[in-house]
Formats: sequence, C-alpha cells, structure tokens
Amino acid sequence: MSTNNSAITPETIAAHGITPSEYERILEILGRAPNLTELGIFSVMWSEHCSYKSSKKWLKTLPTEAPWVICGPGENAGVVDIGDGQALIFKMESHNHPSFIEPYQGAATGVGGILRDVFTMGARPIANLNALRFGSPDHPKTRHLVAGVVAGIGGYGNCVGVPTVGGETNFHPSYNGNILVNAMTVGLADTNRIFYSAAAGVGNPVVYVGSKTGRDGIHGATMASAEFDADSDEKRPTVQVGDPFTEKLLIEACLELMATDVIVAIQDMGAAGLTSSSFEMASKGGLGLEIDLDQVPTREPGMSAYEIMLSESQERMLIVLKPGKEEIAKAIFDKWELDFAVIGHLTDTGRMVLTQHGAVQADLPIDPLAQASPEYDRPWVAPAKLPVVEAADLPEHDVIGALKTLIACPDLASRRWIWEQYDHMVMGDTAQRPGGDAAVVRVHGTNKAVAMCVDVTPRYCQADPYEGGRQAVAEAYRNLSAVGAKPLAVTDNLNFGNPEKPEIMGQVVEAIRGMGQACRELDFPVVSGNVSLYNETQGQGILPTPAIGGVGLLADVNKMATVAIKGPGHALVLLGETKGWLGASLYLREIEQREDGAPPPVMLHRERRTGDLVRSLIEDGLVLACHDVSDGGILVAVAEMAMASDGLIGALLEPPSALPLAAWCFGEDQGRYIVEVGDDALAAVLEAAVTHDVATRVIGRTGGPVIEIGGRSVAVEELRSLNEGWLPTYMGQEIAQH
Amino acid sequence: MHSRIQRRIPAVKAAIIVFPGSNCDRDVAVAVESAMGTKPYMVWHRETDLPAVDLVVVPGGFSYGDYLRCGAMAAQSPVMRAVKAQAARGTRVLGICNGFQILTEAGLLPGALLRNRDLKFICRDVHLRVDNNDSDFCRRYMCGEVVRFPVAHAEGNYFADDETIRRIEGEGQVAFRYCRRDGAVDEASNPNGSLGNIAGIYDEHFRVLGLMPHPERLADPVLGGTDGKAMFESLVEALS
Repeated sequence: MSTNNSAITPETIAAHGITPSEYERILEILGRAPNLTELGIFSVMWSEHCSYKSSKKWLKTLPTEAPWVICGPGENAGVVDIGDGQALIFKMESHNHPSFIEPYQGAATGVGGILRDVFTMGARPIANLNALRFGSPDHPKTRHLVAGVVAGIGGYGNCVGVPTVGGETNFHPSYNGNILVNAMTVGLADTNRIFYSAAAGVGNPVVYVGSKTGRDGIHGATMASAEFDADSDEKRPTVQVGDPFTEKLLIEACLELMATDVIVAIQDMGAAGLTSSSFEMASKGGLGLEIDLDQVPTREPGMSAYEIMLSESQERMLIVLKPGKEEIAKAIFDKWELDFAVIGHLTDTGRMVLTQHGAVQADLPIDPLAQASPEYDRPWVAPAKLPVVEAADLPEHDVIGALKTLIACPDLASRRWIWEQYDHMVMGDTAQRPGGDAAVVRVHGTNKAVAMCVDVTPRYCQADPYEGGRQAVAEAYRNLSAVGAKPLAVTDNLNFGNPEKPEIMGQVVEAIRGMGQACRELDFPVVSGNVSLYNETQGQGILPTPAIGGVGLLADVNKMATVAIKGPGHALVLLGETKGWLGASLYLREIEQREDGAPPPVMLHRERRTGDLVRSLIEDGLVLACHDVSDGGILVAVAEMAMASDGLIGALLEPPSALPLAAWCFGEDQGRYIVEVGDDALAAVLEAAVTHDVATRVIGRTGGPVIEIGGRSVAVEELRSLNEGWLPTYMGQEIAQH
Repeated sequence: MHSRIQRRIPAVKAAIIVFPGSNCDRDVAVAVESAMGTKPYMVWHRETDLPAVDLVVVPGGFSYGDYLRCGAMAAQSPVMRAVKAQAARGTRVLGICNGFQILTEAGLLPGALLRNRDLKFICRDVHLRVDNNDSDFCRRYMCGEVVRFPVAHAEGNYFADDETIRRIEGEGQVAFRYCRRDGAVDEASNPNGSLGNIAGIYDEHFRVLGLMPHPERLADPVLGGTDGKAMFESLVEALS
C-alpha cells in the first residue's frame, strides 16, 4: 500500500474503478487532487454497489407508498404498519460476488449484513429468507458452492438464533460463473421506537460499537461493482469473515440500548464500512463530522487511514448519542463485552474531516459524495418479443412420465436437504415451516402472523423482462394470498449483468417497469431493496433475476392455510383461467429441451380479484388446503399437495377435453390456485367465485394412494421419493468426489 | 397461543440460565410459564448465586459462540458452579440441546455430544421412544410411548465409553431414544449417529435430565404439535 501522500497516477485511479470523467468531477469538487485515502473514499461511495448510479433513474419510478407504509426506500430497511403499535421492518440484499469466491463466508456475512440493516432500525429480527441461484448441476463447481453457501447461511443464522424460514433455489448454466445469494431479514418493532440514520445535533458524540476493525473486506463494494475474470479467485482476501456470536451480542446490546432514550441516530457499517455509514448519517442530517481515527478500535496496530475507512469488517455499528449519555451506552456494551468508543462528533461544516496521529488524513465535502454521486442514463434497447409457442404444435408425451421427470428435476425437486440445515423453529413462533407457498411466523405474544416469500422466475425474465418483472411481483402476491395473508409490501433484489451493455440495461429498465406496474395495481409497494449489477464472468451474463421478497399479514394465525391435502373425498377446485400456456415453461425446458417462447402474461386485474377471493375463502374457513399454480402447472401443483399430505393422499383428476392434455397439465397460465374443498362447502366456494368474477373448475377429487389422470396413474409415494431424492443424491456425490 | 390462565397450584419456581449466545432462553421461558403460570427467573452467566428455585433450565443456543467444543466454555462459567451446587442439593436440572452439551461438559451427566454422523446441522422433527418415565421430568409420559420433538443441532451424536454405556443402560438412565413413528429403534431413525439411539439421559439420581431434542418447540398447537408440553406439566406436578 502506498502512503497517503504518494502521487495519484492514472493506474491508481483505474485500479479504484473510477472512470477518467469521474476523476475530473472529483478534481472539480475538491478544487485539488485527492490523496489516496480520499480517492479510496470516492471509489467506494461512487461504486455501483453504494451509489446505484446505473439504476437510480429507474428505481425512482417504482411505487413506494401505501397507507400502511411507514418508511419506504432510502433508509436501512423498509417499514410497514401491522396495527396495535407494531411494525415490520425488512429488506433483502445480495452477497453474490463474495459468495462465489468464498461460499461459506460470503453467504454467512450476507446474512449478518441484512440482519444489521433490520435491527439498526429498532426491530428484533424474527425471520430470515434467501433466494439462491446456482449454475448447472453438471458444472464442476456447483456442488461445492451449494454446500458452502447453505452451510454459511445456516452457520450464521442458526447461531444468532433467528429462524431461516423460507426462500427459493434454482439451477441454470447462466449462473455457472456468478451465483446469486440474496438474503432477506424481517424484523418486528414498536412503531414508537423506530430508529433512523439521519444525524442531528451539532457537537453530539459519534460512537463506534461492535467488533474491532481489521484489514478484511477492503474494497468489497468495488469488487461487487465489476465483472469477474479468470483471476477472480485472487480477490478472496476482499471477502469478509463473519462472527455470528458477536452479531448475537450486538443485536441484544443494541435492542437494550434502544429501550433507553439516548440514541439520536444509528447506522450499521455494511458495504464500504465506516466510510459509507459516516457519510450517509452526516449527509442525511445535513451536517459535518470530525472523526479521530486513533480512537477506532482496531484488530492490529499500524492500520492506515485508508485501511480503517475502507475495511468491511463485520458486526460494527455507528451511533450518534444524545449529549452526556455516553456512560449509559457504554455500560450496556460493557455488559455484552463489545467494543465501545467515542470516535468523533458532529459539526456544522458539511465536511468530513478525518485525523490520525494528529494530522488531517482527509477533508471532504459530504454531500457531493453521498448525494450528488454520478447518475447515469445508460443506453438501453428493449429486447425483442418472442413468438408464442402453440401447444398444439408440440409432440404428445405421456403426462405421468412427464410428471415424474418434472417432479425430480433440479428446479422442482424438494429443497429439504437445504432447509433442514437451517434452524427454522428457533424463537418458537414458526407456524408454517419451509416447503409451503409462504413461511408464516406468529407475531410473538399475539394471534397475528407474518407471511413471507421470495419469488422470481428468471426464465420468464429472460424471455421478456417486462412480463417477468410483473410475474415476479404477482407470484409473491399469490404465495402470500395462498396462506391467507394480506400482501403488504415487497423488498426487491435486482440481479443483472453488465449495465454498460445496452441489451442488459434494457433488461433492467423493462423488468423495473413491469415490477412497478404490478406493484401499483396490486397495492403492493416496494419499501426497500438492493441492486446487484455486473453479474458476469468473461462476458457471460446471468439470466435477469429481479427477486421479490413479499411480506403479508394474517390477522389470525389459526386460519392459516397450507398446501397439504387434508383428507379423501374432497373436491379439488381450480380458481383462475387455463389456456395451456407452454412458452418458457418448465415442461418445455425439461421435456422438450427448449427454452424458447413468450412467457405467460399476467392479468393484474384478474390477479387481484382471484387473490381477494382466495383470502376470503381462507378467512371464512371454506377451504381445507390451498396451493398456487406455478412452475410445472396444475399436475405438479396437485402432486405437491399430495406429497405434503400426512397420509400421502392422492387424487383422481378429470381434465377438460378441449385442450391438449399436456398443455392443461403443465401449462403455466398465471393467476391460478387450487383449493381443496369439502362437499359441505363446495356450493359456497363456487358461489363466492362467481361473486368475485373468477373462473372455476372442479378438476377432481382427493383420495387413494395415487394420482390418476386420463387412465394413467402414479403412486404418491413414488413421486415423493423422486422429489425428495434428487438433491440429497446429487449432494451425496460431493463426498464421493473427495 | 400459550395459555395465560393462572392455574391454582402452588407456584413452582424455575430459573433459566442465560449465556451470551443462548438463543432458546425465551422459547423455554414461554413453555415454562405456560405450564407453571409464573415467569421464570432469567439468570445471567456472570451470577454466582441462584435464586431459591425448584428447577434450573439450561437452554439451547451457542453459549459463548461455541467456537471451542460445544458447551466447554459455559461449563466453566461462574453460574455453572452455582448450578452444580444446587444440583448437589437436589434441585432438578434440565438441559436442552446446548444445555445438554453444557451439562456433560460440566460433569453433571456422563458422556459427550460429538459432531453429527453426517457432519451437518439438522433441524427436523424426530420421533422419540420414552424409555424411562419414572422421573419428575417424564411422569406424564408413558413408558414406551412415542413422542415427536424437533432437533436442531450439529453436535448431538451421543457418545460414551463402553463401561459408561453399560452402566447407564443398566441403571435405566436412558430417558429417550430416537425411533421410528411406530417406536422401532433402528439406524434409519437415528438422526445423528448417537450410540444406542440415545437422545436424552438422566443422572444417577434421576434429578438431572439432558436431551438434544427440544420439548419447548412443540408445546403449542400453532407450532404443529404439543408432545413437549407434558414434560413441563410433569415438572409442575412433581415439584408443586
């Protein structure tokens, strides 16, 4: 590392990911050349990861308001009101690049980071979820990455004692060189004790708490803002190391501090560490900040200003205290055996002044770095619309054979091997465990419950990012509705390739446009989110993957619905219209080996009506089970309901003759649910559907040990063993490899 | 919902030990309060004395991060000296999951908990056969009864030397064994490789119980079952 006063060369500038035009701007802002520490600070603050410079223009178009939204994007996490003086605070964030380089620590620190975003606002974290995308199962690195990521998520979440209750996992060759690890945390707070990050009060002390600062993770945010190349393994030292035990202590200490009345503002040190947290707090408050870097607790002596400011050591927080309250706060952190240091104070200068060893190491204006960061309107092209695949043009296949193939394919096989490595029951409120449409966690000490899910269908987004963006939001809405929860709001995690390519930027723009429209029409606003661009290796980009984390509320946890068939002799009623849409379907990919065609369109007005109907049926106790119809269509959905049932209860299905059988069985028409209804309630259900103007069809009856359709059948037990077998068998070969 | 109805029974007093890194302390406090009608004392690890109680619970979690052998550091903590002293005077001690690990490390129970056979953390419901119900912890269960509790651990593989195994088997100190739904005890129903499918054991006086599965996690119908409730009800019945 060169010294702070060494000359800034064009190579140094380029190595910091700063473009020549951005450097011109830095010279303009400072009126002089920056020193190395200052350049480092600019580079992380203006990185794509921290500044959203490519996506900002489009993110502004998303709807962020509803009567129940307390705080939308811009804070550490989004906040929604759930009545009784309580609020949910949640967000999803990516840790893609670090997880590819070092899967265990990358995934673990992803969980740690998102937990801090939530408890920094005053919430006790009550649930974690994750959205994972891996490369092809045949790729030599995939097993190692799955094993490491799952162990890392479990290793962190299990230790901090927050249940990991849900998520999704896909495999596709486009992720071979860029896996996606998106972690989501939901927390519970009192509405009168929500904490924000805007600093206030000139002279107020600025306090550092948590772990000591080490030389790990320096420039992580810059790494996350560049494409990978063949030498990416050399970036391993930029991956941070997590300590979930310290995080657990930090949660308890912060919540204990928050119960007193001494905090002005609080912010976790996430990407870009002390730099980003201090600049954001000061900028939001319109104030300046003086920091004495000699007071920052460090793991080793001799750390430079550059290293201290750019370290991404984990489990650290920055707090502005009310004047004279240092002793109260210190006593709490002493109890939890965490570092506590007053490192500076607020000023009215609007400048960040960093001193070390009695000398000024950096003196920067705050707003131009934090708020006036570059914003690009990158050129983009809308992707061409793909032709619609006609089901009638496809060859015929035995549907039972196709079902057996689909139910055991990597994208539909049971994820039990994954979620059994996560403690999904700690905290004693998990009412619906992983494996259903949405996870449900009771609000502690009440009868209310929170439903949560993560959804996106990347193959739809690849075929048509606009429809794919709409579908991701609609599916989250559907999964929450299917357990009986009113959908409240979403957090998004937008994962794309290199935005400097117009076709990739086109995916970003179109997906956001689609998401925005669906969020608006479904009253399901975006309250927080994260963007991860440059998910490319050697020019190969990922499928566009705008993951949607949905959160909803059940007024009475006892009314919650599950997917499992409850008994024989009940009607299975399909809600919503079926046209047999096979374009971009899983059937087309797995059975025909084709990944083409336009994806199924989402009819948002119908989506809303059907969702309203489903929730009212569940609320009125008219349905015994409910499952949304998604990947794999009706036959896969029925199979999943049967495999989840206690006695492996099957069903006899009666398809209509008007459609090709495979199109009816496996078409992925949107906006559909299957409900199990007892004979006593059937008339009421059908009548309610008429009232809500929703198409219905009784598609069969439950009972027997098999699923039977068109004279062919398969035992539910066989389906279950196929479905449960794939992932453990696949991962078992990891051991055989060694 | 757990019941908030105050029962008309002499109050049983319980203390729950809280280490830095404990994370099932609140869960077990809910189950204890629900059965006993009174809030348990929450006792911080630095305490050197315990309040006068009938029952001490050492809960699950990752005490001190468990970066050393699980439970090894907690076993040396100030509060565990107090727990040992109380146990010697006859106070009932229940250790669940990390609590079981701590009790073995502290010498209150024989044997040790090793890394799971498959080297992975496992969180799932398991079936347990009640091998010996003749204790204050299990009197509401029947001998041979099959119950369902969840496990959530990476180090639950019970091990002891041959002589110890012979002794605890001979003295009826095995409280629970992993089994199939129908009660058959076999390799397939053993989630972690424990010797003899041992899931929980008593000390020689049947006043200390340690088990890896979590009775407090299935003590409320909303959570999917209530088989764990009878353990807390047994303690109330026995100690009041």
